Amino acid sequence: MLMPTLAINNLRFQNRGPYSFRIEAGECVGLQGDSGAGKSLLLRAIADLDPRTGLMQLGDINADAVAAPVWRRTVGLLPAESGWWLESVGDHFADFDAIDDGMLAAVGLDRSVQTWQISRLSTGEKQRLAIVRLLHNQPHCLLLDEPTASLDQGAVTRVEELLLAYCKTQGAPMLWVSHDPAQLARISEHLFLMVTDGRLIDTGGAHDEC
Amino acid sequence: MNVKPLSPVDLALAASLLVLLGLFSWRLQLGLGRQLAIAAARTTVQLLLIGQILRLLFAHVHIGYMLLISMVMLAAAGREVVERQQRSIRGLHGWLIGTGSMFLSSFSVTFLALFVIIGNVPWYTPQYAIPLLGMLLGNTMSGVALGMDRMTETLWQQRQVIEQRLLLGQTAGQAVREIRRQSIRAGMMPIINSMATAGLVSLPGMMTGQILGGSSPLDAVHYQILIMFLICAGTGLGTIVAILGVERKLFDARHRLRLDVLSPVRDS
Repeated sequence: MLMPTLAINNLRFQNRGPYSFRIEAGECVGLQGDSGAGKSLLLRAIADLDPRTGLMQLGDINADAVAAPVWRRTVGLLPAESGWWLESVGDHFADFDAIDDGMLAAVGLDRSVQTWQISRLSTGEKQRLAIVRLLHNQPHCLLLDEPTASLDQGAVTRVEELLLAYCKTQGAPMLWVSHDPAQLARISEHLFLMVTDGRLIDTGGAHDEC
Repeated sequence: MNVKPLSPVDLALAASLLVLLGLFSWRLQLGLGRQLAIAAARTTVQLLLIGQILRLLFAHVHIGYMLLISMVMLAAAGREVVERQQRSIRGLHGWLIGTGSMFLSSFSVTFLALFVIIGNVPWYTPQYAIPLLGMLLGNTMSGVALGMDRMTETLWQQRQVIEQRLLLGQTAGQAVREIRRQSIRAGMMPIINSMATAGLVSLPGMMTGQILGGSSPLDAVHYQILIMFLICAGTGLGTIVAILGVERKLFDARHRLRLDVLSPVRDS
């Protein structure tokens, strides 16, 4: 696969921005900031879910040059709360059988989840399945909105490993929102801080601070 | 054969039933009294008025008058559709979707019935045209209003799921497929149900009126069947067009769910 870079140029939405930054292929950038600062809004804008202006480029794909569904599939946003609309888990996958056993095992699940009822899933199970569903879509980039917020410590470690492995082996740029400074120090090479008025501050290397 | 005319005293007797209902509403704190009074007053005034207008129209048959009154009926129906939405689409567009879909369906079906099926000379003979258009518009209005309300309300409540589907790469059309279907069904259910029970549970109003007016029951039944089919076709077409219109308005060219086109929820 082509090693893509996520390049955001003068991204504006609502009355926020402009945001300009680059995330290199295989690089994990942590994004922290107070609740309500607009971190999720930034991820939504990058996924083109809200009206916005500015240039967004992932590898050689220009957001405005492809249909929006193609762009969203390519940038892979994991929302803080996942959505499920059909009866069983398997119904939400185009082809459940094609899912790698290893990926299910990596989030502590096995093939039997295919027939599980959505109404009986716990928050943590939904979150882990949402990650499997997202990766199964093979996005070229990952935008993660508190991906481990509802998980216990053992699951957190496994999910971090899975996502980092995807980032490194696929060369996918990754933007990881978290409230946990220790987690960001573990996973990211670079840190952005979003302050209350929505400005984005590049605070440099994650390991310098912790 | 003539209908026994009703005196104002007869109508006042019927109105006393509503007063009784109003008393219940007050006693049980249903808060319906005001609405009931306004609706009853509107029914009385509007029907008396249309009675006079129809008398004039029957005496002076002219296509200009017919166009005028049908436009007034359409505009009133369009306003009513907007009024019945919990969250209507802001501005002229919301009005246009409802009104446009009713115009397309009711007017073309009425025209077809008058011109091809009934075949009076002239085709716009008011005695046929106005009741037909009225029944079609009234039923289409209910279907369109129900369908649009269901659609906007469900999109609002399920925005998280819809955006999740968009995020996974579905198009707007794929993401709302089930909601679109439910909304069209919601709009069409009343007429489908009333076709299914016509004659068994209830005698439809028009047929009852014709029989009261002295027509033979068989003639009345034939007309009622015709009307049921026309209403069903009109309601179905109108609802489908309206729902597609809502869908177009609530998603933009980049397949984004644009709930900002909805006005805030209204108090009912």
